[in-house]
Amino acid sequence: MTTHQGPGTDSAIEETLKSYLVDRLKTEVTFDQDLFESGLVSSMFAMELVVHLEKTFEVSIVGNDLRLANFRSIRSMAALVRGLRDGDGRG
Amino acid sequence: MADQAVPVKCLVWDLDNTLWRGTLLEGDDVRLSDAVREVIVMLDSRGILQSVASKNDHDPAWRKLERLGVAEYFLLPEIGWGPKSESVRRIADELRFAHTAVAFVDDQPAERAEVAFHLPEVRCYSHEQVLGLPGLPEFTPATVTEDSRQRRRMYQANFRRTAEQSAFTGPDEDFLRSLELVMRISGAGADDLARVEELTLRTSQMNATGVHYSDTVLRELCADPAHDVLVISMADRFGPHGAVGVLLLARNAGFWHLKLLATSCRVVSFGAGAVILNWLIDQAFEAGVHLVADFRQTERNRMMEIAYRFAGFATDPCACTSAYGIPPDPDVQRLHLVPDHRNAPSTMRLVSEGLPTSWTPRPRHSRRVSERRDEEDHVVTSTPTDTL
Repeated sequence: MTTHQGPGTDSAIEETLKSYLVDRLKTEVTFDQDLFESGLVSSMFAMELVVHLEKTFEVSIVGNDLRLANFRSIRSMAALVRGLRDGDGRG
Repeated sequence: MADQAVPVKCLVWDLDNTLWRGTLLEGDDVRLSDAVREVIVMLDSRGILQSVASKNDHDPAWRKLERLGVAEYFLLPEIGWGPKSESVRRIADELRFAHTAVAFVDDQPAERAEVAFHLPEVRCYSHEQVLGLPGLPEFTPATVTEDSRQRRRMYQANFRRTAEQSAFTGPDEDFLRSLELVMRISGAGADDLARVEELTLRTSQMNATGVHYSDTVLRELCADPAHDVLVISMADRFGPHGAVGVLLLARNAGFWHLKLLATSCRVVSFGAGAVILNWLIDQAFEAGVHLVADFRQTERNRMMEIAYRFAGFATDPCACTSAYGIPPDPDVQRLHLVPDHRNAPSTMRLVSEGLPTSWTPRPRHSRRVSERRDEEDHVVTSTPTDTL
């Protein structure tokens, strides 16, 4: 999945998210890092993160899609965004 | 007249010929009457915040307020030359108050009209009404608690905190730790109930059900052994935050029903909602019960929805929710969670002493749903797929 290139692909989504997080969290993060486990993400920031994803990628994240597992890492957020864009019937 | 019952949480004052007599820029020796000063002090003591929206040069106007001895009463003053609707909007945004909770007083009909046009929910008053404001129902909170009396000072402490935070470089969590936060969760005593009631009335953003519980109802629930009314208060090195949350829980056999969680918007940035939820989930895990939570979406409580969802609450079906029946309010979602062990928060010290003795799970609560199925007909039964 991450071998595709160009905007809208997983790797593009991941890069976009990474630069946002590095800027916002003032620290380096990796694609697979558990952002909640490592204490980088507060519940206040969780809200910001949800809204940021919705705005940047023009998706709407509701219901059971709001589960923490979807936001744990850059990788899982990118998968969520892709799933919502593909309209694969999540949630 | 339902409008009148909505309490004003912040009054924004014009200065010239409203707060004081005279026009500063025209060189008048402006005067603050004792009667107006009394209004300011009285509203402050009731926990109503006050601010300023004035067309003046900032420095001389603020110096004048200081010389008159009232500057300390005004938060987030907007003294400049922009439209007043913008000033009022910024004040409401900074305080995170809905426009319905904000009032504006100005002697100029044009200024009132400008604010009313852009912010139709903001209540506007003329200078002639100033002395009568404390007598109006929207400026008369049902109860005035210790927390209301110190509310303005708590906000001021919070601004100092925020200033320190924006100067802080490093991860948010390190800043939170530097605050030396302490959260206390305890059963609501009679004295706390007024604070709790005030909180549910004032809290719109972080109220999970959007339901206001009256003092009478809360008192009844406190006396009801099947209900727990818990009060959450917080403090840090800048001072007390006062009562910042309330949690209403009904303990049923096999599952606990979280009917309400409301937290003050003042403590949102500390992740208070998540800390409380994780504490409750851990308590439920220890007691071997499931958790069911009511959630009603409002325009302003998405943050709370995210806190619930991120804590693990979901709409997945479970025997305990389906057997419980549908909520009386069709807009209320019933969320469910199978508790697991949660670690103590890393950003604050959590003290939960002083819980009501009835809190200690009775033996039958400490067993798991699947183990009790046969011995108690009336309890919610679990399905074979329902595992803990």
